[in-house]
Amino acid sequence: MNLEFTQEELAFRDQVRAFIREKFPDDIRSKVDRGQTLTKEDHVRWQKILHEQGWAAPSWPVEWGGCDWTQTQKHIFAGELGAAGCPPVIAFGIKMVAPVIYTYGNEEQKKRFLPDILASNVWWCQGYSEPGAGSDLASLTTRAVRDGDHYVVNGVKAWTTQAQYADWIFCLVRTDPDVKKQRGISFLLIDMKTPGVSVHPVITMEGGHEVNETHFENVRVPAENLIGEENSGWTYAKYLLTHERTSNSIGSLRRSLSLVRQAAKKTKLGGSTLADDPDFSRRAAELEIDIQALEFLTLRILSTVEAGGSPGAKSSIIKLRGTEIGQAINRLMLTAAGYGAMAYYPKIEPGPGELTTHAAGVYFNNRKTTIYAGSSEVQRGIISKAELGL
Amino acid sequence: MDFTFTEEQELMRESVKKFAAKDYDFETRRKIVDSDAGFSRDMLTKFAELGWTSVPFSEEDGGFGGSAVDTMIVLEELAKGLVVEPYLSCIVFPGALLKRGNKALRAAHLPQLIETTKLYAVAYAEQDARFDVYHQQTRAEKDGDGFRLYGDKVAVFGGASADYLIVAARTSGAVGDARGITLFVVPSEDKGVQRLDHRTVDGLRMADVRFEGVSVPADAVVGEIDGGGPVLERAVDEATIALGAEAMGVMEVLYKTTVTYTKERVQFGHPISKFQTLQFRMADMYVAYEEAKSMVYMASMSVDSDQDVAKAASAMKVCVGKAGTRVGEEAIQLHGGMGMTEELAVSHFFKRMTMIGLQFGDVSHHLKRYQACCQD
Ligand SMILES: Cc1cc2nc3c(=O)[nH]c(=O)nc-3n(C[C@H](O)[C@H](O)[C@H](O)COP(=O)(O)OP(=O)(O)OC[C@H]3O[C@@H](n4cnc5c(N)ncnc54)[C@H](O)[C@@H]3O)c2cc1C
Repeated sequence: MNLEFTQEELAFRDQVRAFIREKFPDDIRSKVDRGQTLTKEDHVRWQKILHEQGWAAPSWPVEWGGCDWTQTQKHIFAGELGAAGCPPVIAFGIKMVAPVIYTYGNEEQKKRFLPDILASNVWWCQGYSEPGAGSDLASLTTRAVRDGDHYVVNGVKAWTTQAQYADWIFCLVRTDPDVKKQRGISFLLIDMKTPGVSVHPVITMEGGHEVNETHFENVRVPAENLIGEENSGWTYAKYLLTHERTSNSIGSLRRSLSLVRQAAKKTKLGGSTLADDPDFSRRAAELEIDIQALEFLTLRILSTVEAGGSPGAKSSIIKLRGTEIGQAINRLMLTAAGYGAMAYYPKIEPGPGELTTHAAGVYFNNRKTTIYAGSSEVQRGIISKAELGL
Repeated sequence: MDFTFTEEQELMRESVKKFAAKDYDFETRRKIVDSDAGFSRDMLTKFAELGWTSVPFSEEDGGFGGSAVDTMIVLEELAKGLVVEPYLSCIVFPGALLKRGNKALRAAHLPQLIETTKLYAVAYAEQDARFDVYHQQTRAEKDGDGFRLYGDKVAVFGGASADYLIVAARTSGAVGDARGITLFVVPSEDKGVQRLDHRTVDGLRMADVRFEGVSVPADAVVGEIDGGGPVLERAVDEATIALGAEAMGVMEVLYKTTVTYTKERVQFGHPISKFQTLQFRMADMYVAYEEAKSMVYMASMSVDSDQDVAKAASAMKVCVGKAGTRVGEEAIQLHGGMGMTEELAVSHFFKRMTMIGLQFGDVSHHLKRYQACCQD
């Protein structure tokens, strides 16, 4: 066992740092730090900067534009980006649909879709959940019926994040209603401009518009947009879900916590500041230790993967703890803000520009993190089954 | 020992409950929240007509002679409807200060406060004070027979609509001293008063107020010159306890809607209420609610018996703060994605609960204050 990074790894880290220093736009950093909502343009701008550097999708196969990096390098890269306040890449294209396409798609599909995803030319959204199919995803009922060269799709997808910006949606659809529910599901790519697709905004409690309901009414989808085999979509979806869960949040958790500390230094308390308050510093220290535990857990998992092993249900631990720790940091920021958290400013507008201005909005909005991508309850279910054999 | 409510109290509870259920549905509330003032004067007038605004005041002051327990009942029921009309901020809290003024002052202000023909709000909190009521940087400088006020106040709930502001200012001593604070009743239209209204994240209104040399006469003083500190502290405690009553109403709705929702929501072929892990979580929500409720009762009764009010208020706020976070966060979690939407009432109750946790001091503040009370 050895904790040290090698000389090469350290040089790589410095290279990443230099790149961020030079290329990461200040206006985006400031928005991220203040918990403001980024526009589509902000995201695309940053992803294109990464793309120019060749770093848009490190995990992809090299032939499609990925980086020939070790797990450690990927870890360093994600950590540095997070620690510098870079917005996480919009997952739907690069981290979700692309791995399914390059793993299960045909050559034609890879050529057609992957380059535009890599260059952030095309914006994707995810159509899995439905009003009646949340945690029990396999019970989804959106129907796709084969009609010549097309599938005809009817149904409703719930919670489609950023569908209002999306050019394409990847969907789980039911192609066989008569078999065991996991068996009759297919993975279909749908152009959002197809007649019969409509997007209906859903406003979340902090006042933002990031989710929608997407309706499909007799939408004709070319059969060539089917990924892999008909009725095998569940396998692909499960593969994707592990990708969704292993995202590395250590760097950004550290940064969020350091922003809370900065805010506490500005909060007067008695003759001193909140940062010197024993109760506050105890809570901050506890969170720092939580993050460290998560970091070393992540590193252990990465080294298993590096050696060719599978992360297994351990990726569920990362999702579970990462989101819980993140929420605890949001809670501490709320405390630091005090009355400063109470006034409402739409997250899309600048507001007074304090670190605490959107403390409440961020706290409210991030309640979602233990609900989506497999709720905390679902993760505990997976851990107890897969790790404990219960 | 007696934990039963009187027949009168039950009648009052029914009357507020009926109002919240019938005249204050979610759509009505939404419209009021979106209006310019952010609350409805007509609704407040209605509260006066129904006698609720007279509850916290003695018969001598034109009130109903109600106790803190009576106030608790009104606020608990209003909170279940998430009523935004500032009953606490513009009736109970300023009332708790004014009723400690001299006879002339009480006669001048309390009748119109109770009738709601004039609105009052309390401007005491300051940016750098955090939750310490004695931390007063606003100055009142002697000017002839009267005073001039200079300073900035934050979190003045109902402040933008108020006709009068009750302002805490330092007439002597150092920032943080209990002694040397004086309370003034200031017409908010006076020259030198600047107000900036904010909508709060939970749908209320709160103002920042700046006083730039506002002139106030000597007879605008509530209580004694330099002696306002303890009066303010006591009024804040009473308001905190009244806020606890709101918390209790909000928490009740949170746990009950969660139970109802999980019974209706089907996943994996069962109502999710059938999953034991969720049953236990809801049991914990309920336990937290019952504990918090007990502490609100305790604290309200401490006001009525005038015993250890500061300690009781802080103990209650610690318990309610912890319970509120737990019950609120769990309510959202157990609703899944639906809990995140602004369409469902549950998220609004959660937001309200979260802000109640901060107002008048968070858990950390009150825990320290409680510890200090124990050392005395
Ligand atoms: C902001 C946001 C963005 C989202 N974005 C997308 C998106 O882009 N695309 C997409 O497809 N989906 C998206 N989702 C949907 C998300 O994946 C679902 O919300 C999630 O799967 C939970 O489903 P549900 O909301 O129906 O809750 P439910 O499944 O109804 O769950 C309600 C509660 O019951 C618990 N529960 C359910 N089953 C069990 C069980 N067996 N044992 C114990 N507890 C259980 C849950 O954990 C939860 O606490 C998003 C959700 C949110 C909130």
